[in-house]
Amino acid sequence: MAETNPKSKPKIKKEAVKMPKQPPKERVKNFNEVALGYDEAQALEEANRCLQCIKPQCVSGCPVEVPIPEFIKCIRERKYGEAIAKIKEKNALPAVCGRVCPQEEQCQEKCLVGKIGEPVNVGRLERWLADWEREHSFQMPEKPKPAGKKVAVVGAGPAGLTAAADLVKMGHEVTMFEALHLAGGVLVYGIPEFRLPKTIVQNEVNYIQKLGVELRVGNMVGRIHTIPELMENGYAAVFIGSGAGLPQFMGIPGENLGGIYSANEFLIRVNLMKAYNFPDFDTPLRIGKHVVVIGGGNVAMDCARSSMRLGADVCLLYRRSREELPARKEEIENAEEEGLVCKFLAAPLRFCGDEKGWVKSMECQAMELGAPDASGRRRPIPVEGSEFTMETDTVIIAIGQTPNPIIQRTTEGLMVNPRHGTIIVDENGKTSLEGVYAGGDVATGAATVISAMGMGKKAAKAIHQYLMNKK
Amino acid sequence: MLTVEVPDIAAKAQPGQFVIVIIGKKGERIPLTICGLDKTKGTISFAFHEVGKTTKELGNLSEGDCLENVTGPLGNPSEIKKYGKVLCVGGSIMIAPLLLQVKAMKEAGNSVTTVLGTRIKDVLFMVDEAKALSDKLYMATDDGSEGYEGLDFLNELFKMEKFDRCIVMGPVVMMKTVSDITRSFGIPTIVTLTPLMVDGMGMCGVCRVTVDGKMQFACVDGPEFNGHKVDFDQLINRQRMFLPEERLSSVLYEIGGCKCGRNKS
Repeated sequence: MAETNPKSKPKIKKEAVKMPKQPPKERVKNFNEVALGYDEAQALEEANRCLQCIKPQCVSGCPVEVPIPEFIKCIRERKYGEAIAKIKEKNALPAVCGRVCPQEEQCQEKCLVGKIGEPVNVGRLERWLADWEREHSFQMPEKPKPAGKKVAVVGAGPAGLTAAADLVKMGHEVTMFEALHLAGGVLVYGIPEFRLPKTIVQNEVNYIQKLGVELRVGNMVGRIHTIPELMENGYAAVFIGSGAGLPQFMGIPGENLGGIYSANEFLIRVNLMKAYNFPDFDTPLRIGKHVVVIGGGNVAMDCARSSMRLGADVCLLYRRSREELPARKEEIENAEEEGLVCKFLAAPLRFCGDEKGWVKSMECQAMELGAPDASGRRRPIPVEGSEFTMETDTVIIAIGQTPNPIIQRTTEGLMVNPRHGTIIVDENGKTSLEGVYAGGDVATGAATVISAMGMGKKAAKAIHQYLMNKK
Repeated sequence: MLTVEVPDIAAKAQPGQFVIVIIGKKGERIPLTICGLDKTKGTISFAFHEVGKTTKELGNLSEGDCLENVTGPLGNPSEIKKYGKVLCVGGSIMIAPLLLQVKAMKEAGNSVTTVLGTRIKDVLFMVDEAKALSDKLYMATDDGSEGYEGLDFLNELFKMEKFDRCIVMGPVVMMKTVSDITRSFGIPTIVTLTPLMVDGMGMCGVCRVTVDGKMQFACVDGPEFNGHKVDFDQLINRQRMFLPEERLSSVLYEIGGCKCGRNKS
């Protein structure tokens, strides 16, 4: 750092320290992580931009209330072990959150430095600390006093992992049931390797297991055990964090042709089953030359960027305009740098197939924007007579997911929103059944990793109170 | 036929359900219909043709080997109750799980007539078991080398006998043929669909089928559906989607041996 006159106020650098990244032309040919992470000097430089506000606004922007100024202070003092411990008091998955949280809408949006320049990049600092810990020291928190209660956590995604970690830290005996063969939920089946390396997720899962959580994979609650059966078998409370795994389709002609994937199918094949390594790995994926991704969220970006890495030209078709794109700005920029072409204000009407039943083109219609709808975004309205045809050989439908219906169907008395299939909960995650709590996408519909974690955290607190007050 | 020890799954499994099997660390998830259940031993069995890489690998397992993962039971169980006279039609490898239904239908107090069908006589199997379980047994082959030639004889059978329910488990073409015949006789017909699946629990949607004009997922809404309402032609088309990749995988396996990362233990 340059020497400063102690009497004059130190000048705050307006620009955040840039994140080193793989160059676009290179990274589009591999599945390795795009953002390479700060080094120690960069982390220190960025940490020094923090104003250490007396009344920090950033913390109120964080769904899990990470003590941001405190951990940044520890970084400045080079007490990295202490810094990561501060984060982990509130957040069991810092390496994940540092990578995939939309900080620009949360902590960083509230940062005072952001009023005069770029906000302090809290996410990159969190990531750097978590990565530092993985490579250096690892400290187990002290073992809590047993509270003597058994809790079942259904689903090992962001909500379940957080609830399980908090409950085990409160002294409960926690079993986590995961339907897939790997824990992590959307972190392993949904978010691609180049945004969130799977070894990092595995490391976070290992940490939660080390805390004492028992993990059972290949266990689909609702089929093998129902929620009432779990409670009969000695679990005093259940947390349901089964996510929003059911893909939505558009209900237009030709949707069942070959070459048309749901975003979930495409991402499960690529991420969870490692189809990009076929035939070394057994799960196949057929991808053509001209991929169209329908949708505009982070999932759509993940599908588009994965497709480019598999060698395809990709066009994103979104029915609203660029301003309404729900994906993170950073992801859109990354995707466009890698060669993504976006086509706005258009939606498909039907898919047409070749003689073998494989998709070959799609008929689309142009849209214009009308008045804002319930979501606050301007509603797309079809433009009469604007039909046009697009050639394509692979289509990925990324228009959203709803909760899997199995638990709802097999749990009598569990109140469910009839429109979206979400489980109805109060602000603490309590459902209509005593001792049963829910959180994350199964309660909210598809949302972010961090909001699911926030709900897992609240529900864990509520479950703890419920169990401690129960005679 | 393979039998695996999975006490938790065996305790809950019912006829009509399936499991997802992963053979090794690099393996794919494949759905297999349960065809045998022993709750006291804690085992389930499934039958498969050795047609692709994974099924060939499964066939090469020895007693005592471990699988990477078995998830289940998945799918909805069959509706087993007393219907009266039930016709059970099984084709090809699905003969094995069909017999589990024959047994359950019989135990529920039904009179069961069973039809076993294959391409040729040589691949017919479990005939003695079928004979022992059923009130009546017919056999049919595409070339007529055993029993009736094709399934047209069902038209004659239905003119002579009245059935209250028909269950078909077999290749899609067979389920389609039988459903077409039973439709004209007004016999409620249940088919078991085995489309491609990845997760098998409602996530990927690759198993989507059109039933009565609506999109259904075979894994969570099925696998059994009203045979008179299924769009079989679409299903046939969707089952072929990955044939080139499946062949490649299989051929590479034949040349190079097993690289699935499975641990022998």
